[in-house]
Amino acid sequence: MPAPDFVLNVVLSGILTGMVYGLMALGLSVIFGVMRVVNFAHGELTTLAMYATAVACEAFHADPFVTLVPVTLGFFGLGYLLQRLVINRFISRPEHTQLLLLVAIAIVLANVLLLVFGPDARSVQTDYQLDSIELGPLLVDSTRVYAAGTALVATLLLFAFFRGTMMGTAIRACADNQRGARVIGLHIEHLFAVTFGLGTACVAVAGSMLVLLFEVTPASGPAYTLLGFVIVVVGGLGSMTGALLGGVLIGVSESVAGMLVTPSAKSMISFALLILVLTFRPSGLLGARR
Amino acid sequence: MPQLEVDAVVKNFRGLRAVGGVSLRVADAQIVGLIGPNGAGKTTLFHAIAGAVAIDSGEVRYDGKRVSGLRPDQICRAGISRTFQIMRPFAGLSVLDNVIVGALARERSLVEARRQSLALLEQLGLGPRAHIPAASLTLPERKRLEVARALATRPRLLLLDEVMAGLRPTETDQMVSTFLQINREQGIAILLIEHVMRAVMALASEIVVLHHGEVLTHGAPAEVVRSPQVLEVYLGTESDV
Amino acid sequence: MKPLLAPLAALVLLLLPLLANSYLLSIAIAVLYLAYLGQAWNVMMGFAGQLSLGHALYVGLGAYLAGGLFFHHGLGPWLGVWIAIAAALVVSVALGLLAFRFGISGVYFALLTIATAEFTRVGFDHLDWTGGPGGMFLKVENREHVDLLNLRGPPSLYYYTALTLCVGAAVLSRRLLRSRAGYYWQAIREDEPAAQSLGINTMRWKLLAIAISAALTAVGGVFHAFYFNSLFPEQIFSAGHSLEILLAPVVGGIGTLAGPLVGALVLTLLGEGSTELLSQLGWEAPGLKQVLYGLLLLATVWHLPRGIWPTLRSRLRPGEG
Repeated sequence: MPAPDFVLNVVLSGILTGMVYGLMALGLSVIFGVMRVVNFAHGELTTLAMYATAVACEAFHADPFVTLVPVTLGFFGLGYLLQRLVINRFISRPEHTQLLLLVAIAIVLANVLLLVFGPDARSVQTDYQLDSIELGPLLVDSTRVYAAGTALVATLLLFAFFRGTMMGTAIRACADNQRGARVIGLHIEHLFAVTFGLGTACVAVAGSMLVLLFEVTPASGPAYTLLGFVIVVVGGLGSMTGALLGGVLIGVSESVAGMLVTPSAKSMISFALLILVLTFRPSGLLGARR
Repeated sequence: MPQLEVDAVVKNFRGLRAVGGVSLRVADAQIVGLIGPNGAGKTTLFHAIAGAVAIDSGEVRYDGKRVSGLRPDQICRAGISRTFQIMRPFAGLSVLDNVIVGALARERSLVEARRQSLALLEQLGLGPRAHIPAASLTLPERKRLEVARALATRPRLLLLDEVMAGLRPTETDQMVSTFLQINREQGIAILLIEHVMRAVMALASEIVVLHHGEVLTHGAPAEVVRSPQVLEVYLGTESDV
Repeated sequence: MKPLLAPLAALVLLLLPLLANSYLLSIAIAVLYLAYLGQAWNVMMGFAGQLSLGHALYVGLGAYLAGGLFFHHGLGPWLGVWIAIAAALVVSVALGLLAFRFGISGVYFALLTIATAEFTRVGFDHLDWTGGPGGMFLKVENREHVDLLNLRGPPSLYYYTALTLCVGAAVLSRRLLRSRAGYYWQAIREDEPAAQSLGINTMRWKLLAIAISAALTAVGGVFHAFYFNSLFPEQIFSAGHSLEILLAPVVGGIGTLAGPLVGALVLTLLGEGSTELLSQLGWEAPGLKQVLYGLLLLATVWHLPRGIWPTLRSRLRPGEG
């Protein structure tokens, strides 16, 4: 039985990582909650963000927390255009066609990355990556703390947007009642595109943080897509707080599993959780009852 | 024993009492009309009888045996078939194939099912349209397809949900005579939801009036239509008696 | 001219090993193998409307079980294939029961299929019996002598095996489509509640489709093991592999008989064509083939949602829908 300090460290580490996971899943949840689009290219977009950060940091000798801003803005634009020009036409098409469209986009993204960067893993090196912060008996990586902090800030900003701004309220109106929203003059296509842009921006922030914690390869996509979905299902599809809660839960369970079992088997935990939730509470922990 | 017995059926939807203790009976080879303003709970009642929705209390019995709680496919095999208010043809299949799907509920042999389905299509005037995609049919033709498909499962009780909606008077009369024919010749009982009073008066031997999820009154058509309660409920609504 | 086309094509197919060089033959095997897997996938999606994005699971199960039995115990594929089928049936029915009993369909179901494949991939990475991440390699002793029992021999042996599988799947699909199962599956795919109201126990029939599809795919996995002779969990259970499997039927035409074959042909020609072109130009581009596949899928979903074959068919024979 490992020492209690060690266990606490592992759990804390899991919570911090989980917050970043939660932000990533939030992007997925927001898009689904508003537009009912299931973004199967989610993991590939995350991977793309990780690569973008790695490349930017290397090229400009910059810190990921600095490249965060241009990368996020760029991804917002990417998401906006993707929705407006491509995905929008598929909103009313049958479900499996939508899925296949996003699968196609995922395939193209993943393999363009392979083409451009090759199969080797990349990561971001920073000066402070070996530092740790002491909180009483606990010892955590500074990087992890900063990453989690950034994720938290981004999440709060997103919440503030949806609750506090006119546009945010308009988007929530669209989610509730599309036709009604149109009737009162809201420009749905634009709002949907903004939503997708925001979802992608979340993924961009999360990706920029994730590359500090993990390596990335062109094949990383599917694992992150799966992770995102597991979190969203566990937390409740369409619930923003659910995505965060789910993220932390998954982060902790992965961390603990990594401690008890071999670390490379940790994704099996996610699968087990998915089965459990789908079986016993398909609406998720905080989701609306179907 | 009556063929169908609906016994104090209750169905709530998230706090809204859609059906609040409805009882009715359909006897062998009887045609019963179910009328009432929109939102009275008629379609919900149909869903409950057909097993598409679970009821909260009460019981539905068919030939004396409990059918409430059974799956829709089990209820079909027990002898109850239905049409849908918003029509649901298998759009990608041909008209004939649509009916064959129904016929296969009773027929092991595909060849037999095909033969029976063609005969049914003829009976409902869709013979020449047998091989075109169901999606290409006109509205009245789709209605008839829906009926043919339901009939293919050889029901003893047919639930018709607003099957006359959108039809012209001549088309309505055609449908009415078809139903009278199958009722007379094959003894198939019918429970129909209708707003088109012309059809209800021509078909039903008994009318049940539903309002706010409860039975307002029931009885012979002539009486029900003149009842002051019913007129009050329908005031402001069109009725072409 | 037209009545001669079919027998001529059949003749060419039968005599291909005599007419083609080894490169062309390997392409033909690739097309047939892809078409076979596509037909297997088609039973589940095209016929019964259940989208599986994790079909590589069954290829891997079939390959590893039959391959493993050969590797460890010298048991030939004719025995191994039954184990493979049994495993596929158990897993697929379990998944189906889980999904359908709890009303998991559409996206959630697709997600479940991905998760299962991923879980198995990671799992097999850690198993000793399967050789772990290093992979499993079946011994290829000699390429000249035809050993039917162990499926070892010259490329023509594999060609005829793939051809038999492909034709067999086509015949089976056709029979299924025209049977009660075919009617019921299409009804379920079109409108499940309406199908139920017509006396169809939709869960039972969906399970049947899933089981048949999985079993067929596992048989493909057995072929995979004995043809490619090397198995890696990372590759065989990967999401990429699952997507490759569905590309052919989606591009060719979901739910049609000829769709997976047309799709397999188009994809392989595109893939090999681009690889050839690149090697002529002296460029190396790993992943380019997949990018092209992805773009092809995109184009198909955008412009030809029913797939190449149905669109082609309605152009060639304007009467038929």
